[in-house]
Amino acid sequence: MIVYGVAMLSVCLILGMLIGESLGVALNVEANVGGVGIAMLFLVFASNSEKFKTLTQGVAGTGINFWSAMYIPIVVAMAARQNVAAAVDGGLLALLAGVAAVIVSFALVPVLSKIGGVTPGTESRDKEQGTA
Amino acid sequence: MDIVASVFVRNNLIVAFAVVGVTIWVSYFLADKLTQGRIHGSAIAIALGLVAAYFGGVATGGNTGVADIALLGGVGLMGGGMMRDFAIVATAFGVHLSELRKAGIAGVISIFAGVIVSFVVGAMIAVMFGYTDATAITTIGAGAVTYIVGPVTGEAIGASDAIITLSVAAGLVKSILVMIGTPLVARHIGLDNPQSAMVFGGLMGTTSGVAAGLAATDPKLVPYGAMTATFYTGVGCLLGPSILFFIVSSMF
Repeated sequence: MIVYGVAMLSVCLILGMLIGESLGVALNVEANVGGVGIAMLFLVFASNSEKFKTLTQGVAGTGINFWSAMYIPIVVAMAARQNVAAAVDGGLLALLAGVAAVIVSFALVPVLSKIGGVTPGTESRDKEQGTA
Repeated sequence: MDIVASVFVRNNLIVAFAVVGVTIWVSYFLADKLTQGRIHGSAIAIALGLVAAYFGGVATGGNTGVADIALLGGVGLMGGGMMRDFAIVATAFGVHLSELRKAGIAGVISIFAGVIVSFVVGAMIAVMFGYTDATAITTIGAGAVTYIVGPVTGEAIGASDAIITLSVAAGLVKSILVMIGTPLVARHIGLDNPQSAMVFGGLMGTTSGVAAGLAATDPKLVPYGAMTATFYTGVGCLLGPSILFFIVSSMF
């Protein structure tokens, strides 16, 4: 049943949101702390586990895959409802602050990605030797 | 005309599906014919969405872009937080646990590094523009983190409405630039594997920017980037009105 997969996905999101919301309250922050990320972890655990097979495999899985495939159209709709006019009206200060933050963050991606490469041990060194 | 309007308004979500579908078809057609596939179709679709949002905002004076036009109200629901989060979670289907473990530490570091770096850059720009009170500098810095962290921080430390609006604008610029810029710089910053996508999500943090930027780069990377990005705003809201504000106050 397709709806089993959709229901499974919904339960993951709701649980994640509840935990994220509670984390926010516990930390005294007016935000949902990682709710979506936690929900994603639940879905990853469920789809990697034997116990939830009936909810994630076969036809049930197509219910989840449908929403995964609707992701880009939803993102396009999300882009169309951004407050672009306000961003443009923010003037030079807002523009510079936003642009500079993005450029510096982009530049840090390769630097921090190396941390991930170092932890598993020799993997990254092997690669460097391979290219040398 | 009345009949058309009432049918469109009553079925607004369905209208949104159709409009977005046509937009994506046109975008993929343009990507194929005009750029020979060099620019991804979804990047063009997202850019078209942003352009439409600008004109929608200017025409109606509202703050949800195209969704403020009555006939296109469904775009607001389709692209709203609920559907966005639902679809983002769905992209995690099929992700392997081992990939997440590999980038775990780098992902966590990148969240804190991302919040602090964006904050410092935003705060420095505020100082360059002549702001000298700690509240305004902190709020603008927090805006450069995300457009949610800006107002949350500003309200917590008592910034003026004008400064809070400015911080939201800075966050919006960031989010939009990440959407457009990511596919263009992806190759140069090594954004082509799950690990760097997790670091990318943690550094950029704007969920909408990361979601759209990665979708236009390589949809397979979306779940990894989105996973870390969703923690970013929470960490920003945590650090902004507390440690970061204390540090700025001790300097100004």
